[in-house]
Amino acid sequence: MHTLPRRLGLAVVVAAVVAIASIKLGTFRDYQIAGIAVEVPAVAGLTVLTGLSGQISLGNGAFMAIGGYTTALLLLHLSWPFIAALVISAAVTAAAGAIVGVAAARLRGPYLAGATLMLGVALPSLAYAKPGIFGGDQGLNVLFTAPGFLGATFPLTRWQAWVSAIVAIVTVVLLANLYYSRIGRNWRAVRDDEVAAALDGVNVARARVLAFVVSATCAGIAGSLLAIVTGLVAPGAFTITLSIALLTAAVIGGLGSLPGALWGSLVIVLVPTYVTDVATSHGLSSSVGSNIPVAAYGAVLILVMLVFPQGIQGGLRRLVTLFTGPARTGRNAPAPHVMPPAGEARASQHEKEGTS
Amino acid sequence: MVEFLQFTLSGIVFGMIYAAVALSLVLIWRGTRLLNYGQGGMAMFTTYVAIEVVYRTGSYWAGFAVALAAGVVLGAICQLIIIRPTMSKPPLNAVIVTIGLLILLEGLAGIFYGGQYRSFPAAFSITGLKVGTTPLGVSRFDVFVAAAVLATTLVLGAAFKYTNAGLRMRAAAFNGTIARLSGIRVARVLTVGWALAGLLGALAGLLVSPSTFLYPNSMDTIFVFGFTAAVIGGLDSPVGAVAGGLLLGVALSYVGGYLGSDLTSLVALGILVVVLMIRPGGLFSAVRVRQV
Repeated sequence: MHTLPRRLGLAVVVAAVVAIASIKLGTFRDYQIAGIAVEVPAVAGLTVLTGLSGQISLGNGAFMAIGGYTTALLLLHLSWPFIAALVISAAVTAAAGAIVGVAAARLRGPYLAGATLMLGVALPSLAYAKPGIFGGDQGLNVLFTAPGFLGATFPLTRWQAWVSAIVAIVTVVLLANLYYSRIGRNWRAVRDDEVAAALDGVNVARARVLAFVVSATCAGIAGSLLAIVTGLVAPGAFTITLSIALLTAAVIGGLGSLPGALWGSLVIVLVPTYVTDVATSHGLSSSVGSNIPVAAYGAVLILVMLVFPQGIQGGLRRLVTLFTGPARTGRNAPAPHVMPPAGEARASQHEKEGTS
Repeated sequence: MVEFLQFTLSGIVFGMIYAAVALSLVLIWRGTRLLNYGQGGMAMFTTYVAIEVVYRTGSYWAGFAVALAAGVVLGAICQLIIIRPTMSKPPLNAVIVTIGLLILLEGLAGIFYGGQYRSFPAAFSITGLKVGTTPLGVSRFDVFVAAAVLATTLVLGAAFKYTNAGLRMRAAAFNGTIARLSGIRVARVLTVGWALAGLLGALAGLLVSPSTFLYPNSMDTIFVFGFTAAVIGGLDSPVGAVAGGLLLGVALSYVGGYLGSDLTSLVALGILVVVLMIRPGGLFSAVRVRQV
């Protein structure tokens, strides 16, 4: 899927699968499809940021909040059509991402992650500080209805699932184009070796800021979808746990892999529901049930990074290679490197040598 | 004027707690160039240990001592089991592992203790001290908080400066390869660094929890303030970490007092971004290092 027609073809196939699943399966599945489709753009944006440009963000939940609140405010006060609200939300989040990203461009890994973590902690408190605009703890209700031409019997959840799935697919296709474009190559060059990239004429700072803006925009789109799917935006939905869940999804799926973003989103949406069901059916209290997935995210983040850094997509790719042999060559060949390989590792070698 | 004095004093007290967190981050950063995002989670967890011990023995000081010991053990164990294996991998892996540690500990605390807010006892009276009839806005316990962090910092500083173990740690932090060539067991030194960081984090958790309550996420905000303090001071400088903690504590106390407590974390974010834009190396960094 390295050429545009193949990418579009794949997108159409995914869309068809979603549509069939949505019609054949019940309302609850529609709700789950919508839930997964909401996460996909955010996870895909984060996987691009971390896997391709080597930056890490713990604040993408905050960008989702910006997108969600923008959409809610536009739908509530101006009664805009959703698509317009979505575009404006993406633009607003992109602007916010640019502001943080300009600071981020000067920050090496730990500073960036810390600054974005701070953003994730601080931003929801704005909703409490300005309850007149953002509705405080209660948040804002989002008005979203299925359009009239679908008929009165068309279920709202199905419409929500379709809209989110379409938006998610379009976002991922656009990201895939970026991935294989000059911009994507620049990101990978910067990730692998900043100095070498700069010597090759890549504007390192610009590449880093752009990656950050793209990732923030994707999170904003996801936040906008979340607003229409849940019908509510409230500060409690955009905590640090959300940001870390996004990171977990990107890591589980395989950092830097767009299909991996789908696998990761599936896991973080379906597994907590499943675990909570099992826990409550075994008579465990709801606080235990809701905390098991959190602990599991932590354990999985650690284990995947220590044992299996390529994630699910890496595993699938290995399976495929097992059957077909390493046939791919040239441009199609290498799986996207999950982590900055030699270059960056060498840069800080002197700090690490002692520990080996 | 009295208000101003009160805000300043209580800002200094909170600043000392941020300084303790900042110091624990600096300790690990100097040794391994890794920011430990799990630090707040570790502090939260050891404070739950303290609650458990206080509840069973009825003695605050038993809980205090056990929590500090738990901090040392937890720090060392984490370094040995999950951090050491990442040292041969790209730096991003270690960062993600510490984030995993944070959320693992928060999840475990949620499973064992639930999400509700728990009150945590203070060692001394928390009624405000007065000079004559003027309330100072700080209590006997607040004085203890400041004194405990100050004493720990001074002891650690002296140990780093005057003992052989301290010299080894400084050497390992300065240049791991050369330290190892000189016969220092750098890996062991790094474990000790994590253990000390665990101790400082545990201390911060014990000292802050009487005023913030304890719940699985209770240290998130304290951690980001500690991180901000460390960045203000420059992640490399222990003195800077303390100064950064005090500056941030006092600044946020004014914001909380005069403008409203909802704004403190937003202002802290603003301070962090401004410092990073103007002096990315921190206000107290002596040399500018270009990492290549």
